[in-house]
Amino acid sequence: MAATKKKSPDTAPWQWTIHEAADQLRQKKISSVELTQAHFDRIRAVDSSVKAFLTVLEDSALSEARNADEKLAKGSHLSPLTGIPLGIKDVVVTKDIRTTAGSRFLEHFIPPYDATVMTKLRSAGAVFLGKLNMDEFAMGSSTENSAYGATHNPWDLTRVPGGSSGGSSACVAAGEAMGSLGSDTGGSIRQPAALTNTVGLKPTYGRVSRYGLIAFASSLDQIGPFARDARDCAYLLETIAGYDPHDSTSINVPVPHYAAELTGDIKGMKIGLPKEYFVDGTEPGVTKAVEEAIEVYKKLGAKIVDISLPHTKYGLPCYYIIAPAEASANLSRYDGIKYGLSLHESAKDLEDVYKSTRAEGFGPEVRRRIMIGAYALSSGYYDAYYKRAQQVRTLIKKDFDEAFEKCDIIVTPTSPTTAFKIGDRAADPYSMYLADLFTIPANLAGICGVSIPGGFSEGLPVGVQLLGNTFAESVILRAADAFERVTDFHTQMADLSAVTAKPKRKKSS
Amino acid sequence: MELTRDEVMRIAQLARIKLTEEEVTSLASQLSNILGHIAAMQEVDTSGVPISASVLPVTNVMRADAAEPSLPIDEALANTPEREDNFARVKAVLE
Repeated sequence: MAATKKKSPDTAPWQWTIHEAADQLRQKKISSVELTQAHFDRIRAVDSSVKAFLTVLEDSALSEARNADEKLAKGSHLSPLTGIPLGIKDVVVTKDIRTTAGSRFLEHFIPPYDATVMTKLRSAGAVFLGKLNMDEFAMGSSTENSAYGATHNPWDLTRVPGGSSGGSSACVAAGEAMGSLGSDTGGSIRQPAALTNTVGLKPTYGRVSRYGLIAFASSLDQIGPFARDARDCAYLLETIAGYDPHDSTSINVPVPHYAAELTGDIKGMKIGLPKEYFVDGTEPGVTKAVEEAIEVYKKLGAKIVDISLPHTKYGLPCYYIIAPAEASANLSRYDGIKYGLSLHESAKDLEDVYKSTRAEGFGPEVRRRIMIGAYALSSGYYDAYYKRAQQVRTLIKKDFDEAFEKCDIIVTPTSPTTAFKIGDRAADPYSMYLADLFTIPANLAGICGVSIPGGFSEGLPVGVQLLGNTFAESVILRAADAFERVTDFHTQMADLSAVTAKPKRKKSS
Repeated sequence: MELTRDEVMRIAQLARIKLTEEEVTSLASQLSNILGHIAAMQEVDTSGVPISASVLPVTNVMRADAAEPSLPIDEALANTPEREDNFARVKAVLE
């Protein structure tokens, strides 16, 4: 597939990276209002095909852009994100802006407060283009489980953009936003990044506040950034990270200036290759791209170390007990009483309000997971499922602790395959779960990971996953940036000229 | 690992989700399939292995027992389907 190159400032603003745009804004070559308008033009041109956005916020975004332009004119209180247009996954609550979590249940839900990450991005002067599509309550790997229809992969519109943060990956890949936020419970940032040639980072558990993140599995969920290179991810991460008294699981560790640590120098860095991640079942094109990436790292002076993570194959079963168990508890709040959908008028009694509303409000995958969770926690099955899964989680964590005594980062494929066709895995829930085989263990262990563009297989992007120890985001970002300095995969953008050439002026909102 | 229809209905009752007859049938086979894959976990030797409920190095995070400003009641109840005064209204629990 043909790809278009981007290079500031000869290219269109929607093709720039955040740091390129920040330079242009400071040099007064463009205003934030113009930059924001360019993105709404792009959204109008492509989003009826990509379908990344659930809600477009044109009025408030232009007002935020005007405020940013005032700050830029004064030259005071500037951050690298001042005036930068972003998209937000619709699982992050936004004050007075509808937040659906991709569910029918929250179709008309207007949150009364902002998530902490929103407060932080607002004070950094960011501009919010809209809210992004996702699998319902972040359960899925393709964005097909959204109650509002699937998002399409800009690299091939017949394929999925990954999930659950598929709107967040697709909008960055399609030039509809310069960066975005997603959430990652079992791979929901890294896997969609891999499938769309974007950079997606899952921070260490506790690095970013979950206050205002609609909960799926509370011991696994983390919010993180999508962007077109490691430097942009560094800027986004250093803005949203940090201790928050509103989230008792956020950790009070100082936030490094991640962008300043992108030195390009990884000489002597020890890269672990876990044999359990290089096995049959991975597409040959994916394996080849990852092996070539490892060669690049060798040339950059990294040392390759063979390691073993012996409990890898139990990650998926362990996750599919722990995540649904936590989900079944978290989603008990959707009862037709407090907020969201309610069938109280037609229900015959209180119990019927719960049961009818939940039958109507939850899609098939969410129901399946709630039921698996309820089963695993139920009397007589708790020890065999939930308790055992928590023990296996300890073993998986121990695998990583031992591995990081031998290496600084771990390199693996992000996903066993490139983007699959929309509809291909919908009939068999377990085949969908396999898309997260290589990303799930990091959530169970609480460590950080980033997926970076690592090449192409039959025209489709391949992601390379870099895993780091707890709070080692600087290390994986430095390795990601060093790779980008000697490769050009991340500079390729999907060619949507067939879509933009069509004479249609359908307003998307 | 095969779940019976009765087991599916028991789980649905625990989860407070109303199911149609067809849904009970399809869920019995889908959930059995998923549980079949999860069964691989049973082969791990977990004797003496402690559980991990969390990966965090912290326990029992407490804040000061002091009142702080919180969401005004009207805002907190703005999305409530049936409201009466400062409460969410529910159908009678006792006859």
